Amino acid sequence: MASDDPHEDSAHEMPKYDYSATRRDFMLKLGIGINAIAGALVGIPIIGFFVSSIVKANQPTWVSLGSIDQFPENTTRMAVFLNPYRTQADGATANVPCWVKRENGETFTVFAINCAHLGCPVRWFEQSKLFLCPCHGGAYYEDGSRAAGPPPRGLFVYEHKIEKGELNIKAGLLPTLANPA
Amino acid sequence: MMSTLRNVALWLERRLHLTKLWGQTAGHPVPSSTGSWFYTFGSMTLTCFCIQILTGIFLAMSYVPSAAESYHSLELLNYSIPLGWVLRGIHFWGSTLMVIVMMLHMTQVFLWGAYKYPRELTWMSGCVLLFVTLGLAFSGQVMRFDSDAYWGVGIGASVAGRIPIIGEALVHILLGGPIIATDALSRFFSLHVFILPGALLAFVSLHLRLVLGKGINEQPKPGVLVKRATYDKHYSEIIKREGVPFVPAAINKDIVANGVLILVIVGLALFVGPNGPGTPANPTIEIADAKPDTPFLWLFALAALLPNGSEPILFFVFPTVASLLLFLLPFITNEGEKHWRRRPVAVAIVVLSYLGIGMLTYEAITGPWSPHMDAWSGLPIKAEYVKERTPVELQGAVVFQEMQCRNCHAIAGEGGHRGPDLTRVATRMTNPQLVRQVIQGGGNMPAYGRNLSPEQVRALVAYLCSLHPANVPPAREAVGVLKPIGESQPTPSPTPGKEVTSNQ
Repeated sequence: MASDDPHEDSAHEMPKYDYSATRRDFMLKLGIGINAIAGALVGIPIIGFFVSSIVKANQPTWVSLGSIDQFPENTTRMAVFLNPYRTQADGATANVPCWVKRENGETFTVFAINCAHLGCPVRWFEQSKLFLCPCHGGAYYEDGSRAAGPPPRGLFVYEHKIEKGELNIKAGLLPTLANPA
Repeated sequence: MMSTLRNVALWLERRLHLTKLWGQTAGHPVPSSTGSWFYTFGSMTLTCFCIQILTGIFLAMSYVPSAAESYHSLELLNYSIPLGWVLRGIHFWGSTLMVIVMMLHMTQVFLWGAYKYPRELTWMSGCVLLFVTLGLAFSGQVMRFDSDAYWGVGIGASVAGRIPIIGEALVHILLGGPIIATDALSRFFSLHVFILPGALLAFVSLHLRLVLGKGINEQPKPGVLVKRATYDKHYSEIIKREGVPFVPAAINKDIVANGVLILVIVGLALFVGPNGPGTPANPTIEIADAKPDTPFLWLFALAALLPNGSEPILFFVFPTVASLLLFLLPFITNEGEKHWRRRPVAVAIVVLSYLGIGMLTYEAITGPWSPHMDAWSGLPIKAEYVKERTPVELQGAVVFQEMQCRNCHAIAGEGGHRGPDLTRVATRMTNPQLVRQVIQGGGNMPAYGRNLSPEQVRALVAYLCSLHPANVPPAREAVGVLKPIGESQPTPSPTPGKEVTSNQ
């Protein structure tokens, strides 16, 4: 059918090319050089953007959980703060919960909600005084120490301070084993 | 008229060389025996991928990849946009079936020895396609951005955070920010919509080029061995003897299988519907569980069932070794027998893998390791487990319920399954053993010594000691007489059939 096509079989036959043609050779090298620079100029911002979340990693910062009066003595309660590095598009995910344990007076401990095993949200059970994780069954005592299950350590604890009657914690990063609160 | 059409066709042919292209692709010669039902899984996987691209493009017209908006845009697709729910359903079931038929394809290729010489690279590109497809399945789950997806990303970040040295950097690259929020969703969106489909297209091209170049594996015969020196000649002899053009001679069953596959996907979309979105991704909402989608359930189960401290093996050593073995398989057994009947180890690997993944998936669906978070407040206790009990025992039953024991321990099968079912606990543990277990914990149970008063322990253990069938006596101390704290030694009845109440 295509046998009358003049390009069919001879399309790739050509005279032997002289690779030492210096002008073409120069152009080739010049072209490669220009494109290497151009490629770098395009690549640097792309890579820079991609790794910016590490290079400019946000450090934890002080966040207020509100007046200490809302936490009765000898109780553990959930408190919610707004992520200090939130953006408009974060919606409900800008809310970060944590567990505030007030012993007496001004003795506080603030635990991250994230289980030390795989980050699932632990829930406080007032009666049995345990934190239980719904994912793989990690359990912690009321002081945050590991009670049972797969967690390799106790709950992550936020650094805290009391200023002008308000409880402040140092927060803003997802607590993981690599970066424990 | 006919001659005009013929001239147009010839004109196009001279420019596009379609006859030649046809002969090299759709019409390429394959062994006649490959027109088999077992050879249809590859094209089925490709069909799933095409469905995913098609539905994905249209879903992207409504989906908003923002943590604040995504949930709402999915609700719109489900309830407001005409047929949006069907589109979501097809995309979800297409993804599930893509993973399934891909596994079947891989199993067939493995059992038929098709990965051996000269199709090593075909197998390896297939492995890449498997990983990319699983990546698409995971990132697709994140697109739902409901509570499961949110905590799923959290699990991903926690796994990354366990890697030494680069863990922290990896977490930040994964999340695109300090916490799980809109940047994380955007990163997974780019991955799901641009990067991974692009990679899949590239590797599908390579995969198909290799299939065309190296030919479809002939139906192996027991005893016919692959040898590098002679196989190419052997294969061209097969083609000379029984070669047929793939289209139209060997594609028939593919067409039937793919038609049925599409009907199944659309049927599931119509009658089962799309998946979620579930509870919105709001970290302040308390959740009962957070499970990944089906393809990852078995890994989720492994994370719960392996002994404590083995996570580095599960998360890093196991995937690395498994991927390497899978990837380098053609070099481990490059020649020799292809037929599964003469490859018992291969058959055993397949059976064990399917059994293992199947059982772990079942375990993950039932999730016996997760505490039943609402059992203590939400589950009724049957009359037979409280009737004819003494006041102390009844008080113990209250302690049992109120102290959330039931979140981990079932009675009559109802409650958590993290710890042992306590329906007949008195038949295996004595009063002092129970006291010790409650106070000190151990064996994956928290110690309650600090949280229970001695009276509560006494009542609780009295209740537990009453948990045995009327015709089975409670357990007795093997040696000597041990006194439980603050109480006289109970006298368990040696006569079966009599209801026993201790601590009277």
